[in-house]
Amino acid sequence: MKVSLFITCLGDVFYVNAGKATVELLERFGCEVDFPETQTCCGQPAYNSGYHKKTKAAAKNMIHTFAHSEYVVSPSGSCAYMFHEYESLFEGEPVWQEKAKKLKEKTYELTQFLTEVLKVDNTGSEFHAKATYHTSCHMTRLLGVKEAPLKLLSNVKGLEMVELPNRESCCGFGGTFSVKMPTISEQMVDEKVEHIEETETEVLIGADGGCLMNIGGRINRKNKPIKVMHIAEILNSRGEV
Amino acid sequence: MPMHIGEKEFTKRVDKGLEDDFMRGAVRSAQGRLQTNRANAADELGDWEEWRSLGQEIRQHTMENLDFYLQQLSDKIAELGGHVYFAETADDANNYVSEVIANKNAKKIAKSKSMVTEEIALNDILEENGCEVVETDLGEYILQIDDHDPPSHIVAPALHKNKEQIRDVFKEKLGYTKTEKPEELTLFAREKLRKEFLEADVGITGCNFAIAESGSFALVTNEGNARMVSTLPKTQITVMGMERIVPTWEELDVLVSLLTRAAVGQKLTSYVTALTGPKIEGEVDGPEEFHLVIVDNGRSKILGTEFQEALHCIRCAACINVCPVYRHVGGHAYGSIYPGPIGAVLTPLLGGYDDYKELPYASTLCGACTEVCPVKIPLHEQLVKHRRNIVEEEEKSDLAERLAMQGFSIVAGSGNLYKLATRMAPLLVTPFVKDGSISKGPGPVKPWTDIREFPVPQKQRFRDWFKNREKGGSERAKRGN
Ligand code: SF4
Repeated sequence: MKVSLFITCLGDVFYVNAGKATVELLERFGCEVDFPETQTCCGQPAYNSGYHKKTKAAAKNMIHTFAHSEYVVSPSGSCAYMFHEYESLFEGEPVWQEKAKKLKEKTYELTQFLTEVLKVDNTGSEFHAKATYHTSCHMTRLLGVKEAPLKLLSNVKGLEMVELPNRESCCGFGGTFSVKMPTISEQMVDEKVEHIEETETEVLIGADGGCLMNIGGRINRKNKPIKVMHIAEILNSRGEV
Repeated sequence: MPMHIGEKEFTKRVDKGLEDDFMRGAVRSAQGRLQTNRANAADELGDWEEWRSLGQEIRQHTMENLDFYLQQLSDKIAELGGHVYFAETADDANNYVSEVIANKNAKKIAKSKSMVTEEIALNDILEENGCEVVETDLGEYILQIDDHDPPSHIVAPALHKNKEQIRDVFKEKLGYTKTEKPEELTLFAREKLRKEFLEADVGITGCNFAIAESGSFALVTNEGNARMVSTLPKTQITVMGMERIVPTWEELDVLVSLLTRAAVGQKLTSYVTALTGPKIEGEVDGPEEFHLVIVDNGRSKILGTEFQEALHCIRCAACINVCPVYRHVGGHAYGSIYPGPIGAVLTPLLGGYDDYKELPYASTLCGACTEVCPVKIPLHEQLVKHRRNIVEEEEKSDLAERLAMQGFSIVAGSGNLYKLATRMAPLLVTPFVKDGSISKGPGPVKPWTDIREFPVPQKQRFRDWFKNREKGGSERAKRGN
């Protein structure tokens, strides 16, 4: 099965290990992974801030980039969901809307792809730690991927999962919200970090670069001994850590 | 700007909210309780999603045929001997009510809870006219005696106060001597209020739903006070937003089921009061004279636009009860009597972008509101539409942001420029990196690093790794291993 990786800008620049793990994981389940070089950012920062006309350049580039892909897989729920928004972005431009629809239909978030398309519930992974999982809002509520990551994590050997209190409440990232309304964002991320500490776990797992950057950034600022990891890194682990 | 509350500047209001530990404690515990109750009540009903779809359909149908149902309602009221007044603006509504009261020479007015009268600031006008207005909803009453503290929530207006604070208000203003136990506080207030009901010349009620078919009104309350307001005084005035209408009792049933469960997680709030026009001969209860004031105040401009769904709202406050931003800043920070997600959608529609352009941005777009709304209003999408209007139609975003987005658009639209930019990124931030992290970022990164560490861009980007690996792979293949 041929899979085109949509790495996302955060994944390309900051969270390179998560990207590597994604590739290796997909290959392990028989996928042939390619990386279309012309991919950029999905346009979410501009779109969610209200700059819809300025989002179109990014969207068109992405539509072109993945035009010939069979499947598009991204290790980030909100970025994968952004591809789903293109259709309404091109309202009134039927040609682009049609292309946007095609892109949407073949785009998956990583854990969604593993469970829905590859029908994998157990990645045969091994990772020894006590951890908790943050459900990202866009991935859970908008993309509708709720169970897949938890199911996959529950089958990782050596991993003890503790449920995060108020699991579904937002971490306060919200893209440009985090810098436009920093004082509110701070309170939200602090509440999230408090809940993570309540679980007394050593690893926080997530499936969205934005949330991980936000929560991780706050955890580091406060010097908390909690490691922040992308779910791909856990699922790709064979017990070596 | 009648619906406006508090400081003019959004940031000042937010700071005030964030600094108010009492308020935040009160909101936090109320939200926790209401969220759990709502979820349980929704589960109990079974097929919650189907109910929501039904609710959405009913609201949509009603809005699309609003002129018909409003006509039907007014005809019915006239038939029953009541008076109907259609108020285009807040002033029109206030003037009409003032006139009715003046004609009756009335001095004492009892009111049941009503958001639309808050929206048009009716109390202020009546008090200016020399009337004594008594709010009979417990929450509203507390706020009223606390020097007209504005409401911070559309169902529980005094949600920002804890019971100790309420005790203190009663103590200071009314000579209350007992404890902060809710039962004692309520009993005390009830006794005070009972007297007021009996003395009131005019009763003013809001309206959760008007039933077009029969000319009746449904008032949903926790306390049953609406019943007293609507039956004891001789003259009754009901003020309704023009969208608060259902075709028949059947639709009412669905919407009340959704409302009470979504609002407080009760199968039925303690009282659903139905009233129908003035009393007719032979009836014991009911007013002698009945006036219905239907308020437009900007609503008809929303009809038929992409924001029409905002009019579908049944004011249950479920979106407010789950909102994490509301949780931290409280209701007053929104600067509007309509706070939370629905407030951030509705307030700019009714009050304009000039005064409320920050509200649509006071959200992470987490979608918790959309998920709970019992009539499926896509609240977070409406917020994005507002943002688009503010940026593209009103051009109200600031210059630095516009330039940044212009740059973003150019770079993200081109694979090559983007590649160049991501390659430059590690070099550009080098001066700011300390111990593998960025603690004090430049320019636009500063608000981020005021709170959090910023990650360091990797020298080997993912794409470089992938390319090397591919190369390595093909060379390996050439070498035959
Ligand atoms: S928008 Fe929906 S959830 Fe919010 S108050 Fe209105 S009906 Fe309730």
